[in-house]
Amino acid sequence: MEHNKYVYILIAFSVICLIRVLPLTLIRRPIRSRFLRSFLYYVPYVTLAVMTFPAIVRATNTPLAGAAALIAGILAALWKGNLMLVATICCTVVLVLESFL
Amino acid sequence: MQETGSRMRSFAQGVRDGIPIALGYFAVAFSLGIAARNAGLRPMEGFLASFLCSASAGEHALFTLIAVGAGYLETALVSLVTNARYFLMSCALSQKFSPETSLLHRVLIGTKVTDELFGLNIARPGRVEPAYSYGAMVLPVPAWAAGTALGIRMGLLLSPRIVSALSVALYGMFLAVIIPPARKNAPVAVCVAAGFLLSLASQAVPLLVGLSEGTRTILLTVGIASAAALLFPVREAEDGA
Repeated sequence: MEHNKYVYILIAFSVICLIRVLPLTLIRRPIRSRFLRSFLYYVPYVTLAVMTFPAIVRATNTPLAGAAALIAGILAALWKGNLMLVATICCTVVLVLESFL
Repeated sequence: MQETGSRMRSFAQGVRDGIPIALGYFAVAFSLGIAARNAGLRPMEGFLASFLCSASAGEHALFTLIAVGAGYLETALVSLVTNARYFLMSCALSQKFSPETSLLHRVLIGTKVTDELFGLNIARPGRVEPAYSYGAMVLPVPAWAAGTALGIRMGLLLSPRIVSALSVALYGMFLAVIIPPARKNAPVAVCVAAGFLLSLASQAVPLLVGLSEGTRTILLTVGIASAAALLFPVREAEDGA
């Protein structure tokens, strides 16, 4: 059977929507439980940290450039938290290092 | 109308904060477009997929599934796993909105809970006004879709060196979201460090290696955030809700 690309896209979209919309629409009140509040407070930081490392080292052509981008990114974020600036510094480090390696 | 004025201000602030994300998205979506091209997608199809889904890892998985002609049920299951982290983010975000926020606002904002837009909403002090969320998504969402379409059309024109450099842009943005709060708040710093270390370690643990990237992210998030919640319970005022 020939699969239709639009059906694939629609399936993915429907699943993603349910995942994203259900909690936001069903949890309407402030959560009272101190544990759950604390858990949800830490979730974003943990998730983003887990997704960043070691993935950033694998994303580049040479792992060394990815590792350098990670360190440069952390230093830049400590110095100034600006999203665009940190992203640009990471990209530049990779571009420069891979031009020489 | 003072209320309209404050809504306009929130919207404008959202738009401004969304600019760097839109630029980063455009660059990263370009490399996603290359994956879509390899899966045989046309620019219009890539545009639609990105405009609707707005998910990096989830779409990457989707394009891989299309490329191998996977079954529809498998597509639904893989989408569930690769995007499940948004469930946690949406739970966390539910606490940032006023209980009076309407269902329509919640649905519309909910469909675009991406990693970075989530980061912006979370970084906003106190409650988030829906106008801010809309402002934040107004540039990044089309930029993501346009970047994908353009990547499909001309991805091969970019040298591998440029693609490699662009591939770290999103991670740079993640760092910009998590590092500054970690500097001010020791438990958050512990969470970030534990996230880095255990994420690395999990790739060497035999039981976890077989799991998909998305599943590992969920397991580690639930484990580390639970431990942090037990060890360092947050005081009322601290979580900004």
